[in-house]
Amino acid sequence: MSLQVTNLEAELKEPQSLVSERDRAQYLAQLIEHRNPLVVSGWLGTVRDRALNLLRDQALPSTRDEDWRFTDLSALYRTTFQPVKPAIVTSTDLDTWTTSDLPIRIVVINGVFAPEHSTLDTLPSGITVQSLATAEEAIQPYLLQQQGMNEVFTALNTASFTDGVVIRVGKNQVIETPIHLLFLTVAGDVPVAIAPRALIIAESGSAATLIEEYGAIASSSRAMTHQESGEGTYWTNAVTEISLADNAQLHHTRTQREATAGFHIGKTAVAQSRDSRYSLTTLNIGAQISRHNPEIVLTGIQTETHLNGLTLAVQSQLSDTHSLIHFAQPHCIAKQLNKCIVNDRARAVFNGRIEVPKAAQQTNAAQLSRNLLLSSKARVDTKPQLEIVADDVKCAHGATVSQLEDEEIFYLQSRGLDRESACDLLVKGFAAEITEKVPSEKLRSQLLTSILSLIRD
Amino acid sequence: MIIENSDVILSVKDLSAEVDGIEILKGLSLEIKAGEIHAIMGPNGSGKSTFSKVLTGHPAYTVTGGEVTFKGQNLFDLEPQDRAREGIFLSFQYPLEIPGVSNLDFLRVAYNSKQKYKGLEELDAFDFDDLIRETLDIVKMNPAFLDRSVNEGFSGGEKKRNEILQMALLEPTLGILDETDSGLDIDALRIVANGVNQLTRPDNAVLMITHYQRLLDYIVPDYIHVMEGGRIVTTGGKELALELEERGYEWVTDKEPVEVGAR
Repeated sequence: MSLQVTNLEAELKEPQSLVSERDRAQYLAQLIEHRNPLVVSGWLGTVRDRALNLLRDQALPSTRDEDWRFTDLSALYRTTFQPVKPAIVTSTDLDTWTTSDLPIRIVVINGVFAPEHSTLDTLPSGITVQSLATAEEAIQPYLLQQQGMNEVFTALNTASFTDGVVIRVGKNQVIETPIHLLFLTVAGDVPVAIAPRALIIAESGSAATLIEEYGAIASSSRAMTHQESGEGTYWTNAVTEISLADNAQLHHTRTQREATAGFHIGKTAVAQSRDSRYSLTTLNIGAQISRHNPEIVLTGIQTETHLNGLTLAVQSQLSDTHSLIHFAQPHCIAKQLNKCIVNDRARAVFNGRIEVPKAAQQTNAAQLSRNLLLSSKARVDTKPQLEIVADDVKCAHGATVSQLEDEEIFYLQSRGLDRESACDLLVKGFAAEITEKVPSEKLRSQLLTSILSLIRD
Repeated sequence: MIIENSDVILSVKDLSAEVDGIEILKGLSLEIKAGEIHAIMGPNGSGKSTFSKVLTGHPAYTVTGGEVTFKGQNLFDLEPQDRAREGIFLSFQYPLEIPGVSNLDFLRVAYNSKQKYKGLEELDAFDFDDLIRETLDIVKMNPAFLDRSVNEGFSGGEKKRNEILQMALLEPTLGILDETDSGLDIDALRIVANGVNQLTRPDNAVLMITHYQRLLDYIVPDYIHVMEGGRIVTTGGKELALELEERGYEWVTDKEPVEVGAR
């Protein structure tokens, strides 16, 4: 079933600005050619080269590919990205990205782990954090575990990352304070491509909270060059792999707050062993074109998974979420709520795939897509995609699309709120159901404030 | 209570209004003075609820004729939110649910909107918390309701109590109760009516719109108006309700007997 909703005035016809297959192949070759050398070469070099070989048989997608039907990447393909250079930032450059209620901080700048900006000295015992480039080969079994790692953008990340972080939560360790993982980009005079990479290993019986954020900073040393053409354009092609061992628990928040000149393509690949619990709260707010693919594979019995997502798309933004939950064992539970707020002539896409093969009896899955359109030209394409082979399961899905109702606005006006405040309150209410799950009061209020101000602009 | 020479709060002269091009109010006139409780009764479709929506400025209703002044100023010069801030309050027949917005936040935003308009001090979360906890008692509301989303998952009675809580907080000059009694069990009705009775003062007024005489046993009006075909056809004291209960609305209307629920 597919539900495409648009207001009557919106143009239904898709602009077919396809970049030809040949051009896309050339483009991919160019991206590979421009990849940075590893910070430290070693066994990771072999991992990168294997991904490179994998890419030789692949093509970058166009809107003719079912998975990219609504997400036209022509603007990306028309941009020539240069390799990213290491950037030097000061701690004040980071101010807008840090909050006092998130004291454990791990910072990655332009894809390279920045220990000088991370709070490694005050890490609670039970967690280890290290640079991916210098990680020992023992972590290799945790990398590239899933089928989805062969997908072209993910393989491109594997072939081109230069560094990243590995976070390991030890066996039976309970870490109460959230880990704030910041992936920040310092864009240059010319468009740059960055391949941030993270590996999260939650050992058996552990419990932790992770807040992963993506965004850009204007380095103070670069502030004078903003007028130059191409300034500020960048592409984040991020991959985070998460492995939850038996009975492990991870509360994960992922925000995408890239600069408006940015492109963002990201994958969150999660493997859950038996009795593990994983929750993911995503906030997709920035970038001109963005795509997020959370892919959760439930490899053990009796796992629990909660996906909560909020997308805000304004102006001419396009924000796409393609999620996958793959059940493989019996007695697993997954609940998903995805919300989109779309204003102006922006577009949001949600495709929620749930696979329940024969082996996954007693599965309990529910998916709900709720969407709020704030302008007559705003558009959302939402599509649940349930593939259920098992015969003893409980699976539900639903989708709603609404606008701010005059009745609701009038109710608030009749209590003394002006129209603008009434609309703000209603939008805030719609967003809060997701933002309230973010485990930092300061970050929650920052997110709500920026959502409301982006809608008003 | 009827007070000699008290101020006129609401003056309605020959009011006509339409919705979707259909004329609903056809020359309605009414005067409400400080201290008074008025009840408007009448069959379904007589225009009672339309009257409340027109007074509060619902965008779907268009005024086509007549004059309304509220505390001496032309009501139609005021936006809906300014009517509220000036002191008109409507207890909705069907209060809306606002998911994701806590009742406490909603009440505080509403309270502060009025304070700001009046040039009075806005209350922060702590001071407001003290104020609202005192107010809760008027409608015997459990403080747990403050943390829930506005009206979401509330029973019918809880929604109406929440409306009266807002009225208690906003202290309107004119409180309009649009079928506040409909669908309430007797316990909820007693709580709601008791709440309203605690809010009546010599300097404010209440306009009840109801289909049932039962409400008037608990909130005793000074005047009862019977509405039919978009205008007030009879006005009397509280004893009029009993006659209506016994003899039906057709007793006071000139027209053919009206089938209740026909519209």
